[in-house]
Amino acid sequence: MIAQLAASTVATSTLTASGDDWWSRMFNFDDYGELLSLVHNSIIAGAVLGLVGGLIGVFVMQRDLAFAVHGISELSFAGAAAALLFGIDVVLGSVLGSVLAALLIGVLGTRARDRNSIIGVLMPFGLGLGVLFLSLYPGRAANKFGLLTGQIVAVDDARLGVLVAISAVVIAGLLVIWRPLTFASVDPDVAAARGVPTRALSFVFMLLLGLAVAMAVQVVGALLVLSLLITPAAAATQISASRLMVPVLSVVFAVTSAVGGILLALGGNVPISPYVTTISFVIYVVCRLVGRRRSKRGWTRRPAPRSRTSPDVTSGRSASDVDVR
Amino acid sequence: MSTAAPLALTGAGLAYGERSVWSGLDLTVGVGEFLTVLGPNGSGKTSLLRAILGLQPLTDGRLEILGRPARRGSKSVGYIPQQRLIDPATPVRARDLVRMGIDGDRWGPGLRSHRARVDELLAAVGATSYADVPLGLLSGGEQQRVRIAQALGTSPALLLCDEPLLSLDLRHQHEVTALIHETREATGTAIVFVTHEINPVLPWTDRVLYLAPAGHAIGAPDDVLTSANLTALYGTPVEVLRSQGRVLIVGGDEHTHHVDEAHE
Repeated sequence: MIAQLAASTVATSTLTASGDDWWSRMFNFDDYGELLSLVHNSIIAGAVLGLVGGLIGVFVMQRDLAFAVHGISELSFAGAAAALLFGIDVVLGSVLGSVLAALLIGVLGTRARDRNSIIGVLMPFGLGLGVLFLSLYPGRAANKFGLLTGQIVAVDDARLGVLVAISAVVIAGLLVIWRPLTFASVDPDVAAARGVPTRALSFVFMLLLGLAVAMAVQVVGALLVLSLLITPAAAATQISASRLMVPVLSVVFAVTSAVGGILLALGGNVPISPYVTTISFVIYVVCRLVGRRRSKRGWTRRPAPRSRTSPDVTSGRSASDVDVR
Repeated sequence: MSTAAPLALTGAGLAYGERSVWSGLDLTVGVGEFLTVLGPNGSGKTSLLRAILGLQPLTDGRLEILGRPARRGSKSVGYIPQQRLIDPATPVRARDLVRMGIDGDRWGPGLRSHRARVDELLAAVGATSYADVPLGLLSGGEQQRVRIAQALGTSPALLLCDEPLLSLDLRHQHEVTALIHETREATGTAIVFVTHEINPVLPWTDRVLYLAPAGHAIGAPDDVLTSANLTALYGTPVEVLRSQGRVLIVGGDEHTHHVDEAHE
């Protein structure tokens, strides 16, 4: 990458010319129509991934699992790198790595503090393994780089089929457990009291999360999975608290980022992830600003609090003074 | 009363391995009755609630709700937890929390909104004006009102209140206990109210169940809360003082009850 950059700088004699060169590497829409037909599959993959990421992100936020997503994606990367080295299917390797990580985190880390330290232990190990496998891999460097930062041309029909099938499993699973999972995530004590199987749900959710992360790694790369699994849901919760609108907005934001990122990346010579992350970041910033205005004005019109002081309350206060020893 | 009691314990006992938490518990809570459960930490108050919720099997005796053995997820039992600070970023409105009380334990996405029922429940606890406000932005007292509405979602015969006053100030303590009292008057639901602090619920309490290291006592507050009784229950000298209609229990350091005892 750096060598390429240096070569191009040498080739162009003036500073302005090299500036133009960077620009054309990022945005170059010559032959756009032809390119578009080549990445037809990638766009479908991006849209499907947006749907999955937007939906599962809502629960990732509710369950405070952002760090876990990052940890899972690093192990997914290790799995994919191992698959590349040993010549098995990269998606399969990626799925195995992330599901294993998700289940480990789910089993070992039931408490938040525990969980974060386990993720902190797993993540660098996964990344290290991935780097090892990639260094041993004799193939093209672009393949290696793609696992970390995303790629768009690699989605052939077979792989698209696998991605869509995995997505269908994740979405169907989420829809089935939607209500009890929401209950268990938002209000775990009462959910358990009402007989919701909170531990089993947590386990199933980690499994679905592992699958979703493995998919996202295929498109945006391991380093930037959060941009599709966290940022859209985080943006949605800035501007709504409705149980319907949050998932809908989150999906719209995630699909916009993924598909928009692919369309922009087509015109350039750099990986897809900067485009995806930038779009989702801009959406987040806009939502944050809108949300701030909203919370300043108050979420709804509320009557001024009544200044009620009944005799009971007054006597309660004075009696409490007696209690203080 | 021909119908089965909301809660009936017969010779009920619970032990963890060798250690007996409580045993020989005989207690029937009638329709609309307000039972206050008192006792120091570790006396088995939480275990009792878990047993009633069907989450903790008894080691001895029987526990029946409306004449049937307690089971996990029963719609006959409502549950109000401790007030806990909810992250203001949690994207859940008061109305959503109440709705979870109606059908949150069912599978599927839940496309029916139950809007009329949710509005009715919110109105019953006086929470209509903040129905659409995210829970994290509500005060502790408002959150507990929403909790009561949530617990009433299945029209339970029995309402379990698990230290719902912890970390509430005195005004909100009074409002919440009065609301729970009004609820039992209006719906006839029986109340089992677990607390460290008797005074906020003393005006409404019909009977007290006092769980202690050396046994338990059941009866009207004035009969149970006496120096002689509690001294026997604790096995160390305990004095019960009454002042301005309030009860003050003074004992060994670890068993002292006072308003500041706001931790588990």
